[in-house]
Order: sequence, then structure tokens, then C-alpha cells
Amino acid sequence: MEQLSFFDLSPRWTVTELTRHLRGLLEGDESLQGAWVQGEISNLSRPSSGHMYFTLKDATASLRCVMWRNDAARLRFAPKDGTAVEAHGSISIYEAGGQYQLYVDALQPLGEGALFQEFMRLKAKLEAEGLFDLSRKRPVPESPRHIGIVTSPTGAALRDILNTLRRRLPVVEVTLVPVPVQGDEAPGAIILALETLNRVVSPDVILLARGGGSIEDLWAFNDERVVRAVTQSTSPIITGIGHETDFTLADFAADMRAPTPTAAAELATPVTILDLKAKLTEIDRVLANGVTSIIQNRRESMTWTENELRMYSPLRRLQSERQRLDDLTRRGNAAQLHRLALAAERLNGLENQLLALSPLAVLGRGYAVVTKKRKVVSSTSQVKVGDPLQVRVKDGEFDARITGMDR
Amino acid sequence: MAKTEPKAIGKLTYEEAFSELEAIVIALEAGDQPLEEALSLFERGQGLTRRCAELLDEAELKVNKLTGEKLEPFQEQE
Repeated sequence: MEQLSFFDLSPRWTVTELTRHLRGLLEGDESLQGAWVQGEISNLSRPSSGHMYFTLKDATASLRCVMWRNDAARLRFAPKDGTAVEAHGSISIYEAGGQYQLYVDALQPLGEGALFQEFMRLKAKLEAEGLFDLSRKRPVPESPRHIGIVTSPTGAALRDILNTLRRRLPVVEVTLVPVPVQGDEAPGAIILALETLNRVVSPDVILLARGGGSIEDLWAFNDERVVRAVTQSTSPIITGIGHETDFTLADFAADMRAPTPTAAAELATPVTILDLKAKLTEIDRVLANGVTSIIQNRRESMTWTENELRMYSPLRRLQSERQRLDDLTRRGNAAQLHRLALAAERLNGLENQLLALSPLAVLGRGYAVVTKKRKVVSSTSQVKVGDPLQVRVKDGEFDARITGMDR
Repeated sequence: MAKTEPKAIGKLTYEEAFSELEAIVIALEAGDQPLEEALSLFERGQGLTRRCAELLDEAELKVNKLTGEKLEPFQEQE
């Protein structure tokens, strides 16, 4: 041994160096990074740090595992000693402990992997049939009067839905069809519930809901028959199944998918009681305005009609006749006066003419008119001496007698 | 609406009252009825608005349970 050791060329390590080397080997092997490992949980401990430590084992071997707090917080089930699981993670070495272990970043009950494969296969098949086409989706009513609910009568989902409806739209009528939401009877019960609900009450919208759970818990909503029943419902369906990150095939087939039961109740009631109250206030205002404007219109047309009426009133005709009469009278009078004036003028003229032609006019100049028995004497042959005569001068008459004659 | 004898306002459901209310608003907006009729429509409209508001204030979610083909009130567990 002494001799050998002198010529021995074997590698020499410190513990740290060896451990680092091993760690490098493990971390450099792709098949050990991001891998799934199946086994049963044992020695599970979860100290106050929140990190989770356990051993995965099968019939003949065991593997130390650690799951950091952040990853452990995302678990959707509570692993216990004895649970058969699939752990996803990477193999490395904990140098201080000299132990290789699996650093787990995801953990699921055993079988979920197979279920996921089945889920993808069925999804592709139904998708190809067009069951998930957007064109198939029916509109969800804005103001439902009657909402159907298909869910478990005892779960938190129902309580959440009813509380949400109570808060948002308590005037709505609700019909619940209680069904088991997991287990072997669930698919058949859900299908029957949808069929009866459509036929007996025909609600405006149906909420198909279930609280959160593992992929196995939600499996009834991936059942092909349930998915088909959803697409065949007469009333539109809103699904609210599991949590935000859960997608089931029923979600794809539904007319609307909500992330949770509460959200499904919200989507079913886009118009809330507050909106209804606001609308009532508005209608009240429109009504009052409507009547005011009707009255105002009537008043305006009444005023107009009154004016019309006044226009054609006999009173008005009477007045206008009277006015016409006045007018005529005035015009008549004027004409008359004019005529009179003309006549008077003509009369004057004639009178003057007459006066001018009157033989008596010359009397003023010293001439006299001599008449015998009312006949003007213009020739000596008309008289003889001794005849009585009348002599007319400018300012009167006197009698005379012929005393001599010259012939 | 005006054809049949109108139901007593106090007996109308929210939906009945509201749809009649809408019809009245439309009729009044058209405004082609005699004044007296318009006024009585208006009065009925006001009654209906009050009825609707009352129903909204008093509204309590009505939950039935469908078992088989039978509907019955659903008792919630607290």
C-alpha cells in the first residue's frame, strides 16, 4: 500500500470538489431536469418556512424531495403521506447534506397526467366537430327574469351564486336543479338536469357551476355527454367551474365561460337593480315631460284654434260689415256732396247766364220795360193814345198812360 | 294595453308593470291621444313607476328547487 500510494495517479478530491462535480453531472443531464417522477408521498413535513419536504418512494427505492414555498402555494390539493403523485422538477444535490434530491416545482395526484392526455384528445375531437365554434354561441340576455342553476345544493358555488344574485338583481326568479358535481353519477345527473330545466321552466339563462377542485374533481365537466348536453340546451348556458385557471370542455361548449361561480352570476346579470332604479327615475322624468309637452302642445293648438275661430266669428263679420257700411256711407256721402256741389255750381252758372240774358239786366242802365196787359210793348202798333201801361225800371214798377204818339 | 280592462296596479309583477310602463311612455311620446286619455295614461304611468320602485325596494330573491318535474321552494342552509 505504501508503495502503491506513491505511484497512485487516482484523482484526489476534497468533499466539496467531489460534491460540486457530482452536482454538475446531475444538472448537466437533460433527462434529470424538468422531469416527472411517480411515487408515493411519505415523511411529509411542512415547517413554518412554508417549504415542503417529503420522500417519494415506490416498492424498492426512495427519493428525497423539496418543494419551495412559492411552488407549494400553488398546489390545488393537499398531499398527505400515502398519496400517489407525479412530481415535476429537477434532480440536484444539497451539498451541505450530501444528498441528491428532487426539487419539485409541480405536484399532481397520480393519474392526472393520463386525464390530461384524455382531455386533449377529446377536446380535439369535439373541436373538429365544431361544438366549440363561436358561431354556435347564443347571446346571453341582458335582463333575465328567470335564471336556472345546475350545481350542488350544498357547495360554496351555490352560496356564492345566490349571494351575488341577491346583491345584483333580487327581482330575478331562480330555479335550482341540485346535482352531484363529482363522482360517477355526476355526468348523468347534470345531463338530466339540463334537459328537465329546459323543458319544465325554460329559464332565460342557465348557470352550470362548481367550486374549485382537482382535475379529477372537475372531470364530470369534461364528460363528452355533458359537453354535448351543454351545446343542445335551448337556454343559453354560462359555466362557472372551478377557479380562474381551470378550463373544462363544458366551458368551451358553453355560450359564455366565467372563471368562477360568482363571476358566472355576475355575467348573467349585466343589468343590476341599480340600473333598473336609474331607468325608473328616467322614465318618471320622461313621463312628466311627455305630459307637460302634450299639455303645452294642446294649449298652443288651442290658442291657434281660438284665433282661427275668432277670424271666422259672425261677430267679426258683423263688425266688418259695419265697417264696410261706414266706409260706404263715407264714400257715398262724399259722392253725393260732390254731385251737389257740381249741381250747385252748374246752377250758379246757369243763373248767371240767365241773369246776363235777362232783359231786366239792362234796366240798371236806365232802360225800362213797358208792358200793356202783361205783354211787352215793343211796337207803336200795339198801342194807342190813352192806353194804360206798366213801366218797369230797375227798382220797381209804376203805371203810365199814353198821351201822344209819333208814328 | 288600453284594450282590455287594466289590472290593478298593486297586483302587477315587476315585469308586467315595467312593460306596461314602457308602452305608456311610447304612447305618450307619440302624443296623438286625446288630452284626457293622455292624462289618464300619465297617471297610470306614475302609479306603475311607484309600483316598480316598491317592488325593487322589497325584492327578495325567489329560489325554487326542481326535483324531477316538481318545483318547490328551496331552503338554503346557513
